Amino acid sequence: MEYLIGIQGPDFVLVAADNVAASSIIQMKHDYDKMFKLSEKILLLCVGEAGDTVQFAEYIQKNVQLYKMRNGYELSPAAAANFTRKNLADYLRSRTPYHVNLLLAGYDETDGPGLYYMDHLSALAKAPFAAHGYGAFLTLSILDRYYRPDLTREEAVDLLKKCLEELNKRFILNLPSFTVRLIDKDGIHDMEKLPVVPK
Amino acid sequence: MALQDVCGFLETFDDISPCTYQPNEMGYMWRTPFEFDRDSAFHFVSPPQQFRRKNRAPNLFSSTFSSLSPHQPFQLSHGTTTLGFIFQDGVIAAADTRASCKGLICCPISQKIMPIHSHLVVNTSGSGADCMLWERILTREMRLYQLRHRKRLSVNGAAKLLSMMLHPFKGTNVCVAATLCGWDGEETQATLKSCMEITDVKEAVEQDSNASTISDESAQGSVKMASINEQAEISKDTQALNPTVSDQNTNNVLSTLGRRSGPRVCYVCSDGLQLKGEIISVGSGSPYAYAVLDDGWRWGMTVDEAVALAREAVFRATHWDAYSGNNVDLFHITAHGWRRRDREDLKEEYYREREREKKKIKEREKERQKREGDELVEGEAYSVHCG
Repeated sequence: MEYLIGIQGPDFVLVAADNVAASSIIQMKHDYDKMFKLSEKILLLCVGEAGDTVQFAEYIQKNVQLYKMRNGYELSPAAAANFTRKNLADYLRSRTPYHVNLLLAGYDETDGPGLYYMDHLSALAKAPFAAHGYGAFLTLSILDRYYRPDLTREEAVDLLKKCLEELNKRFILNLPSFTVRLIDKDGIHDMEKLPVVPK
Repeated sequence: MALQDVCGFLETFDDISPCTYQPNEMGYMWRTPFEFDRDSAFHFVSPPQQFRRKNRAPNLFSSTFSSLSPHQPFQLSHGTTTLGFIFQDGVIAAADTRASCKGLICCPISQKIMPIHSHLVVNTSGSGADCMLWERILTREMRLYQLRHRKRLSVNGAAKLLSMMLHPFKGTNVCVAATLCGWDGEETQATLKSCMEITDVKEAVEQDSNASTISDESAQGSVKMASINEQAEISKDTQALNPTVSDQNTNNVLSTLGRRSGPRVCYVCSDGLQLKGEIISVGSGSPYAYAVLDDGWRWGMTVDEAVALAREAVFRATHWDAYSGNNVDLFHITAHGWRRRDREDLKEEYYREREREKKKIKEREKERQKREGDELVEGEAYSVHCG
């Protein structure tokens, strides 16, 4: 039902998430933001079971901010991803596991851009491109074909648009709009919502 | 409950890490003050099943609950229609009054909209007992917050609080879907003026009675509890009610949401979903209500239009949905507080509508005949002219 996608370039990460908040068959909100800002250069995209997403993502968010307050410097994306994975894994075999699928995207001064794929069983993988949801079945092969490690920003956005076109064409559910954000050395940038809504 | 918290009753009762909610033998939830537990990953309690007490087996509680849990006949539950939406002059909260239990109407005159304080009402759906309990818990928490911090908690804050309190019960059979409808106010710096302003508030509140009755609690509540807030809200209100030039709904809504005071509607569900929005409808009749609301909602509606829209939406939903019906309750919340419209029986509305339709059909018939008559006349004139 929900869809997340991330594409890593040589010096940026492009991420997008759909904007639908649904409750059984009703779209209760069509401008819902599924991205959580962990720090100036790290975004956490979170989908899954209704309450678990916000609870877990906000917990991670506050803890990352606490780390910065305590130690004076921010967690790197790799450290944040592993911290998230550890928490998810700890809760996995408790009585209250969190059923969430995550993408963590960030830019590190030394290591450069990073995209981390994490699923509800707390499997963590650093990947050049990744997607979550039923839409992933339709779009991963497009990413396979057209992804190159040296994509420019415009090419990455075009690749994203190709994926969303495929979703509109073949996915049974209507996902009318997507929030798109780009992370690079200057921080997190909001980009135009896709598909472009005609006024 | 509030006094018990302030006194710290039951604080020393349990010997393990402090929990927010503990069930006792009778299954009631007693609350101990929030305490941040650094060891637990989440600062709120684990679900009741994990709570161990010396004199009870830990499994007993969960098994008792599961044997008493109602068997849901189908997935789309919450047999009701409630709705809430914001517009330029406040918030409208409306709901039907039917409480059903499978195929039986348990109560045709239940009240699903409960005021929490002078500027917040909550529409509830889900299981009736859970809703009543959680309304009271929320009321208590809001009051405690107000006493401790000397200002009212915002609607979004109340929604977050309720969501956090319900989270430990996720996965159990607690079923609460609440829509918090209210007006966020701002604090004022001038407290000395409040004495003079109290009289102004009373006059303003009295002037506001058009067709609906102001409940005494609301008037007194506005004056007593939040006189300081009222004064700031009214001054902001007069600025806010100047008609904004832009017609686009989004701009107006965004500007209101950006300001710290204004109408708010927020949905909280026991499975954890929490949404802020402009139009929220919950329940088995909500799809029908959404259809009417999406069609007629504009930010710049007048109060009468908004009330009519809400009534129509609930009426249509009760017509199609078997689990909604009987009467419609309507609340209107502004910066001055909430006002309640008289409860209205929808059965009469149905017959009135049929009468209106009959009249309309007759009128259309007359018009059509008149038009045909005119055409005939014109046709003859034409033929005379030609011939």
